[in-house]
Amino acid sequence: MTESVAHHDAHRDDEGSKLGIWLFIFTELLFFGGLFVTYAVYRYENRQAFHLAAEQLDVTIGTINTVILLISSMTIAMSTTAIQKKDKRTTLILIGITLLLALVFLVNKYFEWSAKFDHGIWPGSPLMEELGRGDTLFFGLYFFMTGLHALHIIIGMILIAVILVRVRKDKITFDNFQLLENGGLYWHLVDLIWIFLFPLFYLIN
Amino acid sequence: MSDTTHHIVSYRTYGLILLLLLVLTAISVAVTQIELSRWATLVALLLASTKSAIVLGVFMHLKFDQRVYKVMAIFVVLVMTAVIVLTFIDYGFR
Repeated sequence: MTESVAHHDAHRDDEGSKLGIWLFIFTELLFFGGLFVTYAVYRYENRQAFHLAAEQLDVTIGTINTVILLISSMTIAMSTTAIQKKDKRTTLILIGITLLLALVFLVNKYFEWSAKFDHGIWPGSPLMEELGRGDTLFFGLYFFMTGLHALHIIIGMILIAVILVRVRKDKITFDNFQLLENGGLYWHLVDLIWIFLFPLFYLIN
Repeated sequence: MSDTTHHIVSYRTYGLILLLLLVLTAISVAVTQIELSRWATLVALLLASTKSAIVLGVFMHLKFDQRVYKVMAIFVVLVMTAVIVLTFIDYGFR
């Protein structure tokens, strides 16, 4: 009896933990889903303006960021393989690469948004008011959705940084890596959202 | 622990999947640069859906995990589809 009390802290439910993160991911998907529906309706109503406005976006930066996120998804996925193979060094390197790629994504985003600001394009800017309703809607959605996505990147980076420290301190090990897997699942969600943001905002000609 | 130990996905599998995703990305960029006008968006969306299915299946382990996760994911996709279809039926017939 005393023994079971002593081991009380050691109890964990990996499957329950994973179910939890999946439920969270579903709410996130529906949340962004609502925004995508908003986008679809406004685009349907302002076809011409959306097409012209989208040509202002830099396809090259968009493509580079897509590639960066896809690679980072692979590295975080590989880290769960590495930890299961008891290869702590590789796990740390892979998580580190993921963090670095996330940072590069944000730096690209910074330059992309700065270029837009330099051209007088931001929500509520004087130029926006001159342009029509379609442009205002397009750029409003662009800044809101990519901004919200960038916020998810920042949250993901904090989560992955915590995971990195916990792997280093051996709090996450080959037989206790659910937090790493959950962090990975969250990171893939960020990738999933970008997979739809990219063609819908950058690839309409 | 009703299920057996975790399925360990090889580095090679992840590498090949990344390659596939990059190829699909290249195709979607190429398709929209060449003027296919009205079909470009549809093709880009189909490619994006394919890419998401691959990410969900392999990177997110739906292919290897217990079936309950896959069933829930399919349910969410169906809910989204229903919302999109209903919204467009609404706007299409105004």
